[in-house]
Amino acid sequence: MNKGEIIFKTGITLVIVVGVLYLLQRLLVPKYVDGIVEGAFVAEYYQEKNKEFDVVFIGDCEVYENFSLVTLWEEYGINSYIRGSAEQYIWQSYYMLEDTLNYDTPQVVVFNVQSLQFNESQSEAYNRMTLEGMKWSSAKVKSILASMKEDEKFLDYVFPILRYHTRWSELTADDFKYMFSGKKVTHNGYYMRVDVKPAENVPVGRMLSDYSFGDNAWKYLDKMVELCEQKGITLILIKAPSLYPYWYDEWDAQIKDYAEEKELLYINFLQLIDEIGIDYNTDTYDAGLHMNLSGAEKLSVYLGRILSEELNVPDRRNEDDISRIWEQKIIDYESEIEVQYEYYGINKE
Amino acid sequence: MLFTSYEFIGFTAILLFVYYLIPQKYQWMLLLLFSYIFYYMADPAYLIYILTTTITIYFTACLIEKNADRQSAFLKQHKETLLRDEKKAYKDGQKRIRRRTAGLCILLNIGILAAVKYTNFLIGNVNGMLQAFGQEKQLSFVSLVLPMGISFYTFQAIGYLVDVYRGTVRAEKNPLKFALFVSFFPQLVQGPISRFGDLSKSLYEKHSFDSKAVCFGLQRILWGFFKKLVIADRILTGVTTIISDIDTYNGVYAFVGMVFYTLELYADFSGGIDITIGIAEALGITVQENFNRPYFSKSLKEYWRRWHISMCSWFRDYIFYPVSASKAMQKFSKFARKHWGDSIGKRLPVYAATFIVWFATGIWHGANWNFIVWGLANWCVLMISEELEPAYMQFHNRFHLDKKPAYKLFQTARTFLLVCCLNMFDCYSSVAETFRAFGTMFTAGNWGVLREGALLNLGLSMLDYGILVFGVIVLLAVSLVQRSGSVREKIGRKPYPIRVCLWFGMFLLIILLGAYGVGYDSSQFIYNRF
Repeated sequence: MNKGEIIFKTGITLVIVVGVLYLLQRLLVPKYVDGIVEGAFVAEYYQEKNKEFDVVFIGDCEVYENFSLVTLWEEYGINSYIRGSAEQYIWQSYYMLEDTLNYDTPQVVVFNVQSLQFNESQSEAYNRMTLEGMKWSSAKVKSILASMKEDEKFLDYVFPILRYHTRWSELTADDFKYMFSGKKVTHNGYYMRVDVKPAENVPVGRMLSDYSFGDNAWKYLDKMVELCEQKGITLILIKAPSLYPYWYDEWDAQIKDYAEEKELLYINFLQLIDEIGIDYNTDTYDAGLHMNLSGAEKLSVYLGRILSEELNVPDRRNEDDISRIWEQKIIDYESEIEVQYEYYGINKE
Repeated sequence: MLFTSYEFIGFTAILLFVYYLIPQKYQWMLLLLFSYIFYYMADPAYLIYILTTTITIYFTACLIEKNADRQSAFLKQHKETLLRDEKKAYKDGQKRIRRRTAGLCILLNIGILAAVKYTNFLIGNVNGMLQAFGQEKQLSFVSLVLPMGISFYTFQAIGYLVDVYRGTVRAEKNPLKFALFVSFFPQLVQGPISRFGDLSKSLYEKHSFDSKAVCFGLQRILWGFFKKLVIADRILTGVTTIISDIDTYNGVYAFVGMVFYTLELYADFSGGIDITIGIAEALGITVQENFNRPYFSKSLKEYWRRWHISMCSWFRDYIFYPVSASKAMQKFSKFARKHWGDSIGKRLPVYAATFIVWFATGIWHGANWNFIVWGLANWCVLMISEELEPAYMQFHNRFHLDKKPAYKLFQTARTFLLVCCLNMFDCYSSVAETFRAFGTMFTAGNWGVLREGALLNLGLSMLDYGILVFGVIVLLAVSLVQRSGSVREKIGRKPYPIRVCLWFGMFLLIILLGAYGVGYDSSQFIYNRF
């Protein structure tokens, strides 16, 4: 066999081997289109054709379940996106911001401070749901390195087949259907729920031995502030009106002091419940943990006013290109409301 | 760095790449560098131990050889002038010097091994005795580092020293080359225990890239991974569940546990050795085989010729023969012949020497009475078999069963079960626990629970069992094919697409069926701890 033949044969073999491994990997990775859909949120951002958002929300479920961006658009013409994911740790939020800035620089970044309670990653599953959806960039690499727990391996993120190699026994039709493209499960990052479960027995926060946030958490908040300053972005710290996980007064005081020191706007929505008009009997779908559509819309109206009036976020409703994009988004939004009302058997009136 | 870790795979891949890229005269130096990096990464403190062994044995071997050369030169020079008795006296004197020098060095190295491995075992036993005699005072245990692979490299280095002493091999003059022989990383953690004469040539010679050798090496590594990840690490959950709670998992569970452990031990140890030999093969280096389908053995004696071959031959050559030929044993032999006749007098010294070998084998495996009893139990079975040999012969002469396939199968199954029983000492935490677990097999009377799905209570699902059965069938099939020659050679003769499909299929099986990653407690290789 001559050299050319050997190279040809080896080349073909390599292509087939890599191809099969790639297909297998696509098949085995979770698709997050049903059940636990939170793992699909981060990747959806990259499907947006126009990423020039004026406001970007960063954080955990307290942002992606509590703010309806269609409301922000309809009421104030604010073009925004939520880059949220389940239990997004603050270092992940920081690198999510870095990643977002690779595409565009928003005028305002809204960050939910609940995640400061964690000084290190708590769960590999949550790490995965945030990190896997990110496109490869230095921000993703740094985020993985900052997030990995002791038993995690970087290579498992590079080749997820090594992580999900056992999923072959639990494959469903969805794994084949969504092998190459996922199903949109959010509305610009907002995860909608229309059902209602009143907050009745809200757990009280147990005493903590130490209420100080960890050094690592502070470090990334500092980095976030610094990055926003460098890029001329207005950073707003918020605490969403989720009744639990419990938000301690001691925590709130630390954030207040920090915001004061750094001259940042800090809004604790838990202290503005009446002003916003949130009713925990009707505005939450999981007994106070997150807002449902009704609660999210109320909260968005309130925040939208601040963004629009106090921070002068522009009204883009007169811009044809963006308006056209939002028209379609509103159709999808309304249509999902219908579907969910029907699914949960809720009378619209 | 565990053999199955990404770090180790990357480490080996980099070595292979650089190894064939640099000038060939530097290849052995690169191996030395990587071996020391490998050892350093395990724990920098380990280096002190391996360096001590390397330096002491290197210089001692050089001294011994120098003495032997000087003796030859002296005798040559005084060939005409010295009387026969004078020559003999001179030779004996020199030999004594060499023996003492070697003995001291061996003592030092065995001393190091004993100190780090057996000090706490000794303290534990002393404390036990003190307690038995009503003493309240107890000695404190000491915190000592047990360097990775110390049992393996110490034995390998001592073997070399003895070979130099015996004049079987020439002492290696280059200390760095000798350091590589002691520390060659693929075999550092779990053997095989190589002989200098076997390994040194291919270890130090120049190797040009040979695609067949590299492919064969990689294929062997793949096979090792299959055994370790698909079989050993998956069955581990069941074994751990059973041996951790003897009260719940007794009777039939103990039986299942011992069979599982025996399978795990083979898949784990031979898988590790496959990886070792495969890496060496890819580097163009020949490392001796350590297994020869041991579970196909028809007797325990045969099993020990086919299991951990390098260790067994080491004990044979460096303990059994010297002990058998020692003056004390000669005296004992004479005494036995005189008092009990020729037949017993011949056998008794052999049994005594094998007793020492099995005691040493047991304690080499671990500082624990379990291992000692395990070694002596093996000795007992072997001696009883030896004593019953004439009865067997008579039986076979009369019934001619030994040639029948069914009887051969029976012998294989019997030996396998015997090995399973002996291996129980390795599983349980104490000798008493082992006997208790063994006893429950006959007293618990819970064999009926198998019908009620008892095997699913061991942390293994139906899917796990399916994978295990598949893995064992593949293992068995490969072993059967191996009887008529190398499986890799046979596959190598197939058309290219079939070869690729087979090896890529094996790779996919490891990826998909391997018990690794998050959710699996990736276990160390069992023999790493020795």
